[in-house]
Amino acid sequence: MEQVVANPWAMLAYLVAGVCFILALRGLSSPVSSRRGNRFGMFGMTLAVGTTLVTHQIASLPEIAVAILIGGAFGLVTARKIAMTAMPQLVAAFHSLVGLAAVLVAVAAYLNPTAFGIAEPGGAIHQVSRIEMGLGIAIGAITFSGSVIAFLKLNGNMSGKPIMLPGRHVINLGTLALILGLIAYFLADEAPWVFFTITGLSFLIGFLLIIPIGGADMPVVVSMLNSYSGWAAAAMGFTLHNTAMIITGALVGSSGAILSYIMCAAMNRSFISVIAGGFGGDSGAAAGGGQAIDRPWKRGSAEDAAFLMSQAEQVIIVPGYGMAVAQAQHALREMADQLKAQGVTVKYAIHPVAGRMPGHMNVLLAEANVPYDEVFELEDINSEFAQTDVAFVIGANDVTNPAAKTDKSSPIYGMPVLDVEKAKTVLFVKRSMGGVGYAGVENEVFYRDNTMMLLADAKKMVEEIVKALGH
Amino acid sequence: MEFISILSIFVLACFVGYFVVWSVTPALHTPLMAVTNAISSVIIVGALIASAAAGSATSKWLGLAAVALASVNIFGGFAVTARMLAMYKKKDRPAAGK
Repeated sequence: MEQVVANPWAMLAYLVAGVCFILALRGLSSPVSSRRGNRFGMFGMTLAVGTTLVTHQIASLPEIAVAILIGGAFGLVTARKIAMTAMPQLVAAFHSLVGLAAVLVAVAAYLNPTAFGIAEPGGAIHQVSRIEMGLGIAIGAITFSGSVIAFLKLNGNMSGKPIMLPGRHVINLGTLALILGLIAYFLADEAPWVFFTITGLSFLIGFLLIIPIGGADMPVVVSMLNSYSGWAAAAMGFTLHNTAMIITGALVGSSGAILSYIMCAAMNRSFISVIAGGFGGDSGAAAGGGQAIDRPWKRGSAEDAAFLMSQAEQVIIVPGYGMAVAQAQHALREMADQLKAQGVTVKYAIHPVAGRMPGHMNVLLAEANVPYDEVFELEDINSEFAQTDVAFVIGANDVTNPAAKTDKSSPIYGMPVLDVEKAKTVLFVKRSMGGVGYAGVENEVFYRDNTMMLLADAKKMVEEIVKALGH
Repeated sequence: MEFISILSIFVLACFVGYFVVWSVTPALHTPLMAVTNAISSVIIVGALIASAAAGSATSKWLGLAAVALASVNIFGGFAVTARMLAMYKKKDRPAAGK
């Protein structure tokens, strides 16, 4: 069989492309080397595409060029225009495209196996290839429909509240078992109905898996879908015997899996419980202390906050999803600049699950020109709160809740949290006293003697503080 | 290629991925997702083969559609990663340091 990948130069080129992708990820170990890493990635991709074009009899070059141009232009414009706060949605949307592309390629391979070199002389598809194709299309379809739901939730087109179907665990497990059964049956019978039922059921399960997952668990979901998109690419790489696709698929798959693991660990929850969904629904609210409603708390003004911070030696800013929603990162950096001009040391403390995707807060702060060496991860800065004059919490809630350390009955018990309450003063920017965090629990910090609540829209409040600092 | 040699590449690449990704600084986790997104569009290789192949018109159009989708991701993914990475800056005034 004169398979095209049998060309040793082509195989070498795909291997080099794969190595470039490894270097692209390797570069991300520090911001300094990251830009070069990204260029490695671009080079690897160009090499992979170029090799494919050169080593194949391309009969439809104009059409391909048009497809690349349309897709590329759309991608570039989107990348240029997208607001940094909308990055989670964008990533989810991109995942869905990878998933759909995998599905389309798998269907194309199914319809025309000879072109992919996976057909027996009689025209039937190789047994091994059937398994690979079946898995590829299933994972691709799950990635697609799951990412679409994740996108709709993150973009606010769909409520972030978990949607719980009765008996969903039974439905999900049943569907999953059916898909696996059909993939096995596909070995014996490559009839279209088997193939397309696998596809249809996989679309369905992707949808069913993501709807019961609440907004706060989105970092895990986005990472998980990231992982799936990698496995889908790897499965297609197996089908096509393509090293670049296999290496990339394995890289992306493990990357997403590790991120999911980090996110789960940061919430002290098991991956299974996140996937089972339902967290952040109404059930949690009842568990939170109901007696806490009319406890005394202190309210402060922007002037109070400005005064306290300008007197401080060190201020640690704790941003959360609320900062992203209010687009307060630029105002926040202005505030930090003013404070620094008055001799105050300003640092930022980032909880791994702050925001809606891994590293979300870091990107927003970088966008606002906050130098990355002022931004610290939880374990690097947590011990500093005790020697800090002011902890400035803006748009974060659950990640500062000391109940996670003390209250065994709390749904967030055991989750690593930022010890803001150890600072001399806690300034807590929040829209109103009413709301609870996503976990549905009261935050003890609100009622402590050293806490001052700044109730307002995050951006407005910070802008007022900036004004007050100017006086 | 033998199935077993493909599988070996895959398994070893998983280990490489595991170690490389643990060394990524948490501050760059969002760019990591964006760039993994871009590189997973290497699936465009399969799409190109499908769209170039003679034999099935449906297969060709599916391939072309997949090429377009993957291109959105490739260009969009690398561009948005570059845009994000360009924002990460070090402190420029050492006077403000500790």
